[in-house]
Amino acid sequence: MENKNKKILLKVENASYYLNDKALIKEVSLEVKQGEIVTLIGPNGSGKSTTAKIALGIYKKIEGRVRRFTERIGYVPQKVSVDWTLPIRVIDFMTLTEDLKNDQINVALNLTGVAHLKNKSLGNLSGGEFQRVLIARAIAKKPELLVLDEPVQGVDFKGEIALYELIKKISEKLNCGILLISHDLHVVMSATDFVLCLNGHVCCSGKPHSVVKDEKYKELFGDRASNILSLYEHEHDHSHSADGSIDPKK
Amino acid sequence: MFDDFFTRALIAGIGISLVTGPLGCFVVWRRLSFFAGTLAHSALLGVTMALFFEINIAFSVFVISAVLAILLLQLQKKTNLPNDALLGLLAHSSLAVGLVVVGFLTSIRFDVMALLFGDILAVNQNDLLVIWLGGGLILIVLKLIWKPLFASTVNYELSEAEGMKPDKFNAIFTILTAALIAISIKIVGLLLITGMLIIPAATARNVSNNPKQMVIFSIIFGLISVLAGLFTSLKINSASGPSIITATLLLFILSLIKFKKVSDLKK
Repeated sequence: MENKNKKILLKVENASYYLNDKALIKEVSLEVKQGEIVTLIGPNGSGKSTTAKIALGIYKKIEGRVRRFTERIGYVPQKVSVDWTLPIRVIDFMTLTEDLKNDQINVALNLTGVAHLKNKSLGNLSGGEFQRVLIARAIAKKPELLVLDEPVQGVDFKGEIALYELIKKISEKLNCGILLISHDLHVVMSATDFVLCLNGHVCCSGKPHSVVKDEKYKELFGDRASNILSLYEHEHDHSHSADGSIDPKK
Repeated sequence: MFDDFFTRALIAGIGISLVTGPLGCFVVWRRLSFFAGTLAHSALLGVTMALFFEINIAFSVFVISAVLAILLLQLQKKTNLPNDALLGLLAHSSLAVGLVVVGFLTSIRFDVMALLFGDILAVNQNDLLVIWLGGGLILIVLKLIWKPLFASTVNYELSEAEGMKPDKFNAIFTILTAALIAISIKIVGLLLITGMLIIPAATARNVSNNPKQMVIFSIIFGLISVLAGLFTSLKINSASGPSIITATLLLFILSLIKFKKVSDLKK
């Protein structure tokens, strides 16, 4: 799978962002390529969402440089509040930034399991339902770059796993690059190609299995967090064949 | 053609309500009613400028409103005052300056009341041309920018991230609002144009569940109000602006009853 010629979709170089003279992030660099999942982890207030917004060009007054090499971008923000003065249904929301055919909308809503909500008002959805709609909207336009800021917040446990599997599947199917922000270290370590550990700056970064061994990572998340990978790898000492039977790993 | 003053008023009113319908929806969605009110207040200054320099009233009002909108953006950046305070400051100071300047225009016979509340007698053929050409232009631009404007109305960050350039379209929308106020001053009056923008849209909100539907209802309610208001004005000799706005209010009250019934049915 290693392919050096994969297209770079997003490149952030030494980006810093100040708000009232206080640095929210300092000298963050990252790169997202086609078919790659890059994950940002870090404690609250460590600048994960800020980094995503800088990468997307929402925050413009920055130091450093941000380049996006695609215009096909899908974004799932951490917080979306839709005003009650605006009567808007799920179906209207789906075509917010892109004209989609009816069956494209149906396919995307089906993937995230909310096809039945299509004609419902956005204001009447539960937190988890709304989150599923947000993800469906972002993937329906078949983006080249997906930026997901805690995409499964408020989703039930079973749905959480399914949605992360969906995200992984989408990155392969659409061959798009994904910048993911997540608190779920299990998911991060199992599904990610590259991890950046943020705490105002990039603490450490690399492939998941090297990051968990990093002293700085242990400092930030505690010793238990570094067992996650071993736990994960232990849990999956087998794989599933197409008919669902268990194949022991070689 | 259009010799009868009342026919002219009807045609003007219909033209305006076709524009206030969709634009008013955006004003309500974006919570800009006070902003629209501020622009309208500044229109008095625009009118006096027009009389003073003997230029077209609609054009002068448009220029003053646009300047005020730019001024507001600058003040927002350079001061720490909240938005409503800045809007209040601009609205009332521009109204006051306008009224002071009116006092000096002694050489011109000038009906301030007509300006504040609208006057159907004042509509001439030239005004009709301005309303229909200007209004048509506003609607065409609004149609062209509908998608990015709507996206940025729903969520600024989403639309910025996905390349819809919200800042640009928000600015265009501000200009459209200024233009609408400029063309509708004569019919509704500057104190009441905000009502014409907001009340039909608010009424439409009560009976719609999606954006397009709300726009259509907003236009329909605006049209009904203009017709009812103007005929009443003719019949009982009331000022045209207040009559039209009173009609929008009656429709709003009716929509509340309907709204209640619909929500009862849902239970």
